[in-house]
Parts: sequence; structure tokens; C-alpha cells
Amino acid sequence: MSANVDLVFKALASPERRLLLDRLRADNGQTLTQLCARMERSRQAVTKHLKVLEAATLVVTRWRGREKLHYLNPVPIHEISERWIGKYERGRLSALADLKTKLEGEENG
Amino acid sequence: MAESEFVYVTYIRTTREKLWQALTEPEFTRKFWVDTVQECAWKQGATWTLKAPDGRVADAGEVVEIDPPRKLVLTWQNHLFPEMTAEGFSCLTYVLEDKGGVVKLMLTHTMNKKDSKTIKAVSNGWPHLLASLKSLLETGESLPGTDKWPEGI
Repeated sequence: MSANVDLVFKALASPERRLLLDRLRADNGQTLTQLCARMERSRQAVTKHLKVLEAATLVVTRWRGREKLHYLNPVPIHEISERWIGKYERGRLSALADLKTKLEGEENG
Repeated sequence: MAESEFVYVTYIRTTREKLWQALTEPEFTRKFWVDTVQECAWKQGATWTLKAPDGRVADAGEVVEIDPPRKLVLTWQNHLFPEMTAEGFSCLTYVLEDKGGVVKLMLTHTMNKKDSKTIKAVSNGWPHLLASLKSLLETGESLPGTDKWPEGI
């Protein structure tokens, strides 16, 4: 239940679910309809993926009036990285990531 | 609606009372919240300040709603960076829900402004602070680096 690591890895092991997270990262707080419109997938398929992401708490929801909004929750990913990344490695890793982004010209998943 | 907002959730093996204490009492908060000190009378309408270890006010606002140990709503204005101060007040909400042995902490930070610099800055910091808060409550120790004010700020 508590940020279950298995659920997080399971949720991330799907390109479509990662794409949903990318969409929320770009534009946080979307409704199901907004997410479906941009995914070119059936409402049913997107709902199913969102359930898996919600079970892993990678996506959290909040009501605003009658709209259910979906938000990217990076906290479980952060907890996983804390487990394996040492105190002094963080700076070097982030420098490496910056270098990779720069050399490759753009972010890619 | 033109606004900037994020919602973060973490589950912590603790009680709501202990989590409330960790979020509001200075001896706890400074351990995971980079040695800052919160000053507040913790009642509706009271002034709230978050001070850097050198005494400067980093952020300030007031208590909008308080319902221990369930919900706390604060207004929040940054005082260290002029471009963020100029954005005015954002709103921070903590909701603590008992889930039987674990507590679900939902943190929402909102500002009625698109692409808010304040929201961008706090959204980068919170995942690390929340992971540290969880560690502090579950193991008694916060995460390295979260017990000290960052250099150069």
C-alpha cells in the first residue's frame, strides 16, 4: 500500500503509461477527456492505464467542481532514486544527465 | 483556468498526530526542511513565517484553515527572490488521511497565475523534503542534505 515499489515498476513498464506521465508533466492537472484527446486512444484504454498509475500513486487525482483532475506525483520515483543514489553521487549524476541532454539535443524517453 | 499547481502524495507509516507534529513543530521541521524554522501560533488568521537559519524570512503568509490533525491551509509568499515575491501569495494545503497503519499525506501548492516561478521552485524541492519527512518518521533519521540550509541562498 505504502508507495509499493512493485506497483511503481509495473506502472512504469509500459510506453503508453510513460507517455501519459509525459503528458501530465507537460501540462499538469488534466481531465480524462483532455488526456484521451491527446492520446488517440479509447477512453476505456486510458482509464485502465490511469488506474494502474493511480495504484502506484504516480498519478493522483483531485476534484475541482465537477471535474476530476489528474496530476503527476513524482514522489514514489524520488523515493526509489533515494534508495540507490548516494549522497555524493547526485551532483555528478545530474552533470552527466545535463551533458547527455546537451549532446543529444533534446530530451527523449 | 490560468493557474500553476501541483499535487504530491506520500504514504507514511505513522499516525496523523505524529505527522502533524512533524509538520508543525520546529524541532521536527528543521530536520527535514533544510534547517528552517517555522514560526506560527497555529490558529486561523495567525501569521506564518519560514525562516532561514540566519534569521532571514524565506517565506511568509497566514493560516487560512486549521483542523489538527487533518488539514492545514496556508498562504505562502516567497521573500528571498524578488521575482517570486512579486508574484504574491500562493496557497499550500496539507491533507492527512488515516489509511489504517499508514497516513496518506496530500500536499497541494497552487497559484492563480500561469507558469508561476514560485510554484516551479517549490515543486522542485517538495519531493525531496517529503521523502526526507517519510524517512524521519519511519526510521528516525532524515535524508542527507535535508538537514542543512543550501549554500549560496
